[in-house]
Amino acid sequence: MSIRERLSGNEAVAYAMRQINPDVMGAFPITPSTEIPQYFAQYVADGLVDTEYVTVESEHSSMSTCIGAQAAGGRAVTATSSCGLALMFELLYVASSCRLPITLACVNRALSGPININNDHSDSMGARDAGWIQIYAETNQEAYDNFLQAMPIGENPAVRLPVMICQDGFITSHGVENIELLEDDKAKAFVGEYNPEHFLLKHENPLAVGPYDVTHYYMEHKIQQAEAMKAAKPVILQVAAEFEKLTGRKYGFFEAYRMEDAETALVLIGSSAGTARATVDKLRAEGKKVGMVKLRVFRPFPMEELAAALQHCKAVAVLDKAESFSAAGGPLFAETRSALYDLDSRPKAINYVYGLGGRDFTVDVAEYIFGQLDEIVTTGNTGEVYRHIGQREV
Amino acid sequence: MIRTAAEINEQTPWQELTPGGEIYEGGTARLTNTGDWRTQTPVFHADACKHCMLCVPFCPDSAIPVKDGERLDFDFMHCKGCGICVNACPFGAITMGKEGE
Repeated sequence: MSIRERLSGNEAVAYAMRQINPDVMGAFPITPSTEIPQYFAQYVADGLVDTEYVTVESEHSSMSTCIGAQAAGGRAVTATSSCGLALMFELLYVASSCRLPITLACVNRALSGPININNDHSDSMGARDAGWIQIYAETNQEAYDNFLQAMPIGENPAVRLPVMICQDGFITSHGVENIELLEDDKAKAFVGEYNPEHFLLKHENPLAVGPYDVTHYYMEHKIQQAEAMKAAKPVILQVAAEFEKLTGRKYGFFEAYRMEDAETALVLIGSSAGTARATVDKLRAEGKKVGMVKLRVFRPFPMEELAAALQHCKAVAVLDKAESFSAAGGPLFAETRSALYDLDSRPKAINYVYGLGGRDFTVDVAEYIFGQLDEIVTTGNTGEVYRHIGQREV
Repeated sequence: MIRTAAEINEQTPWQELTPGGEIYEGGTARLTNTGDWRTQTPVFHADACKHCMLCVPFCPDSAIPVKDGERLDFDFMHCKGCGICVNACPFGAITMGKEGE
């Protein structure tokens, strides 16, 4: 029997970390992820884990700690948000290029400036090209479940990539929800042991990690990383299938909600899916054929699968909780519209940048967007593709 | 697939390189020609050398080989031409010349 509890998203991730009992944690606080190392420090003090808890002077050092520990043959975890993730930027690339499957709990927060501590996805979206697997959660339950799935995915020998488990700052990280937890022994058995073939502390097998890679080799190693990201796709589904057997909770690259006959749809990431789902139910009750796709896995990006889920729609709105200043739309829109391009007959697509710096996303807003999609379907005219919503304007 | 550094070269396809460029053995710098950075070249005058061995620890690389108590000619695969050995030698057994002369 699983354990019924009520936990915040941060508590849920710290709880998963305790069950995993990693070898090393690189610990540095930053709002709103601070509670993760804080709760974990209590587990260390109480002797519930035997993790080497390394309190460092910056996030640059916490990721460096994780890199050293993982290369040595240990399991390393860390947690961060916003500017903390930005300070890790250089090391994110080192971790992925050294093929070290570190697990990072990213509690999404706006990136300065102007300085803001509330939720949006600009931190992890800024790191989207760093070679990390990125998995996003809608709820506390998903943050917990995704964290337990991270290591079996990242440590798979065909993958060997670091994994970022993302959840929405404050909305899920500090909001307390009902949650179903696995028993410790089942969680441990599911995550399994980390047994890398090569590691620095393996005495009989000398190893150098991260050597200087001259022009004649660098591109080949980048292709290896790109291939590993492709190889992660079936592994993510395989791990999700095993997790479903254990818990009954089903995961994939995304959740397609009431999409079977949907004519218009929203595509989005994270906690806003709850609001979008309520809106879809409301409009469905009025007889409108609407649906939602909540993306769970952003890296690797499920191009073909997402295109297949959207192909029968007449118009879709892609919602980005990050501004990428491309003057042409946000990152999720760029990927989604690119996925649609391969379809013979494709829906019209528009982008809404929303929810920046904690700006609320409501049913009214979602309903308005569906109204805009209806108008596009009726008139056949897409109009402005790159839009913002939720801001004051004259 | 484990490949030693000696088995990897500029013709090796990406499928056959080690993940992340990991190297599974020690001392692989011996295989790498770093002497091609040199613009000036030390010249060893064996007749003036007393084999006092002062120059050997002064070499910042490992470019002065020693065998059976005798200092041998330079290892030009690793010598960077820094000239420190010239100043270390009390007997004028090393002089500097331009590379390629």
